[in-house]
Amino acid sequence: MPALEVRDVSKSFGAAPVVRDVSLTAERGELVCLLGPSGCGKSTLLRLISGLETLDSGAVLFDGKSQEAVAPHMRGFGLMFQDLALFPHMDVQGNVGFGMRMQRRSGDAIRRRVDELLELVGLAGYGRRKVHELSGGERQRVALARSLAPEPKLLMLDEPLGSLDRVLRESLQVQVRSILKEVGVTAICVTHDKDEAFAIADAIVFMDGGLVVQAGTPEALFRAPASELVARSLGMRNILPGKLVQAGGVAQVECAIGMLAVWGAVPVGVGSGGDVLVLIDERGVTVTSARRGAVPAGALAGVIVAREFRGGESELRVRVGNGELICAVAQRDAGADVKVGDDVTVVLPLGAVTLLR
Amino acid sequence: MTANRLLVIGPVAFLAAFFLYPLAAILGRSFGGGEFSPDPFWVVLGDPYYLGRIWFTVWQAAVSTALTLIVGLPVAYLFARHEFPGKTVLKALTTLPFIMPTIVVAMGFIALLGPQGLVNTALAGLFGDDGPQVQVTNTLTIIFMAHAFYNYAIVVRIVSAFWSNLSPRFGESAAMLGAGRIRTFTHVTLPLLMPSLLSSAVLVFVFSFTSFGVVLVLGGPRFATLEVSIYELTVKLFRLDVAGALALVQLAFTSAFLLVYTRLQAQSAVPITFVPVDAVMRKRRGFRDVAVLAAIVVGLLVVLSPLVALVERAVSSGGGYSLTHFVGLFTDDRGSYFYVSPLMVIWNSIRFALASMVIALAVGTAASYVIVRRRGRSGVVDALFMAPLGVSAVTLGFGFLVAFNRAPIDLRGSWLILVIAHSLVAYPFVIRSVLPVLRGMPPHLKESAALLGATPLNVFIHVELPIIARALLVGATFAFAVSMGEFGASLLLVRPEFTTIPVATFRLLGQPGESNLGQALAMSTLLMAVVTVGFVAIERFRYRNVGGF
Repeated sequence: MPALEVRDVSKSFGAAPVVRDVSLTAERGELVCLLGPSGCGKSTLLRLISGLETLDSGAVLFDGKSQEAVAPHMRGFGLMFQDLALFPHMDVQGNVGFGMRMQRRSGDAIRRRVDELLELVGLAGYGRRKVHELSGGERQRVALARSLAPEPKLLMLDEPLGSLDRVLRESLQVQVRSILKEVGVTAICVTHDKDEAFAIADAIVFMDGGLVVQAGTPEALFRAPASELVARSLGMRNILPGKLVQAGGVAQVECAIGMLAVWGAVPVGVGSGGDVLVLIDERGVTVTSARRGAVPAGALAGVIVAREFRGGESELRVRVGNGELICAVAQRDAGADVKVGDDVTVVLPLGAVTLLR
Repeated sequence: MTANRLLVIGPVAFLAAFFLYPLAAILGRSFGGGEFSPDPFWVVLGDPYYLGRIWFTVWQAAVSTALTLIVGLPVAYLFARHEFPGKTVLKALTTLPFIMPTIVVAMGFIALLGPQGLVNTALAGLFGDDGPQVQVTNTLTIIFMAHAFYNYAIVVRIVSAFWSNLSPRFGESAAMLGAGRIRTFTHVTLPLLMPSLLSSAVLVFVFSFTSFGVVLVLGGPRFATLEVSIYELTVKLFRLDVAGALALVQLAFTSAFLLVYTRLQAQSAVPITFVPVDAVMRKRRGFRDVAVLAAIVVGLLVVLSPLVALVERAVSSGGGYSLTHFVGLFTDDRGSYFYVSPLMVIWNSIRFALASMVIALAVGTAASYVIVRRRGRSGVVDALFMAPLGVSAVTLGFGFLVAFNRAPIDLRGSWLILVIAHSLVAYPFVIRSVLPVLRGMPPHLKESAALLGATPLNVFIHVELPIIARALLVGATFAFAVSMGEFGASLLLVRPEFTTIPVATFRLLGQPGESNLGQALAMSTLLMAVVTVGFVAIERFRYRNVGGF
């Protein structure tokens, strides 16, 4: 039995549906990320699970028991808000100990656990600090410690790193996951940042327009995004409409940049002549100057339209046929010396092409 | 340059001559006038009677403040956290008692709870003349009630403004950490609200501490605050030295409280990130919220009932409704108490208010310019110009009495003394409406106009005046309403032929007879109507979110 089960949950504000028939599950100790563009209903879903908003329909079950009649503060869930909402009138240990004081634990036990948690989040000795004296990253970790302190059965995190700058965010993503895993808490994390989701999640639930679009492991989502939106959200940019020419064997697909061989599976239910979306991995593509002799079989001829230096690699925009292809080329590769306007030969590696419905 | 000089000298001279000089005169008088002698202070501080007055003033203010907070908090919550139809109107209604002249508030309570008041008339109608009666006039209860009624708008305004910007995430976080509604309130919301609670409590305390009209009219002779004692010492006992000493004691108290207030304002305890109001409002309402709303709305109506009762009593006579009392105001020629007819009283109030308004506008606007130009230390200058607000009305009147009864400024018997006192109380309101607009004016505006060839006068007429016009209108309305309602200083300074509406109402109340009470009620109703119209005008004309009291 999953620890958390959300079953066909819907919620409207006025006439606008915000969450529509959403179902998801989280196993004990699992870290689930709700990923999606802002306004897709993911934060509202957290508020529905926490009980801060009431359901229009559906059910939230924990350990198989409906939470409908349970007040938010009695559910034993934790919720960490994006703005953290650290109590400004208390110091760090006051904040971290708050939940345990509400459970009326003994002062001794509270002190011990506060120290333990501050140690866990790397803030040992910060107990007496004032909240407004902390840096952004420190506040974020205090908020995490505060949420974990009362030992919630389920921890929800709403854009936990949303207020931090990029560098800090990247270093904390890994920390958050390792802390959550160490504690072993079941957690749901809301984010709009795919890198954050990949860094934290065991499983990703992709939402859009109040609906669940796709759910699965990060790898599964990346391998076979269910829609163009999911693909684009995961950072894929070479997405072209195409027509399936041959479905059997090594499939062939016709698109703006030419005829391509598809080594992977063809979407279920699409036959020859069917419309598909062609997804081309931008990494691993070989781009060489056309003057360098022989053109291998299956190669495409193109012209460099733009190139951008990106540190370890360069991003090339190559005009191929009637379309454009974005290629990330490592600096040390052959393609590194091509210039805008050069005629080039483009070779796609096996498995670079994926088809979506 | 000379015009600039005049702009600075004008308001400073006004403040020096009509505020600082009278205060100095009180000081001089209480030290025995001429030869230094601390005797009046020993009289005050050594006499159990006066110590008792001081103690009474303190604890009645404390109780009044507590009661005001209890009444104000739920209403503050309602406005801070709920969105509902008619909210703007209800909010304005809530503020109404605070801007009412004290005499109107006192009359409202007499109309509601007095022997011939609405409640007792209704009780007599139900149970007969021997039935149960509410007897609260001349008791502490009615003083406390009136103070709460008068001041709860302060709590509502200050606390709800603070509360509405407080992120609801704090409460929700507490809930997610296992705190129920009550513990969320006591452990999180209340401590977070504390700065606003404290500063509104200090203000309410100061106002209750210096309360005059309410205590004098409703409390009767047994309950004299310092303010009432000063008045009686001056007018009835002619002990000006002791009155002066008491005034100084009171001034010391209020200054200390106002100092605490500014400190509280400055260090708002903890830095809190505020969120826009829109993010906070609860628009969706369950059954429980509706119940809360209903209870608070009913509570509000109860709180407003004295004003309603005032109007009701004013238009009822001999068991039915009629305009007898109002007609009486305009036809009275019995020469009963008055040296002047009621019509003359009304005319006095209006012309004094107009004159005070003009002076207050001139002084207040000039002072605003002085404050704005003092970029560095504008806070100190601002506080200095606002100081007349911190001095009680009776103290001010008393100061005028002892300062302007001889050269260099002898204003005895002149109506000017009244008008100057009124404008002194009124001009801080002009500053508070004009100053924010002046501060918000882009500095390059005037420079652009000057570079386009406008003379300083032209700049003022064509650029600045249109911009501050609405603020001036608001300030003028405030000044007019303040002057119309001024009671404490007027009572000390007024000569019979210059009697104003509040003073006349008070004198009428001292006369026996139903028609005198009726006319007092009618006068108060007129005053209330004038102030209400002014208030509606202010609400219409003031810039949203600019200025504030």
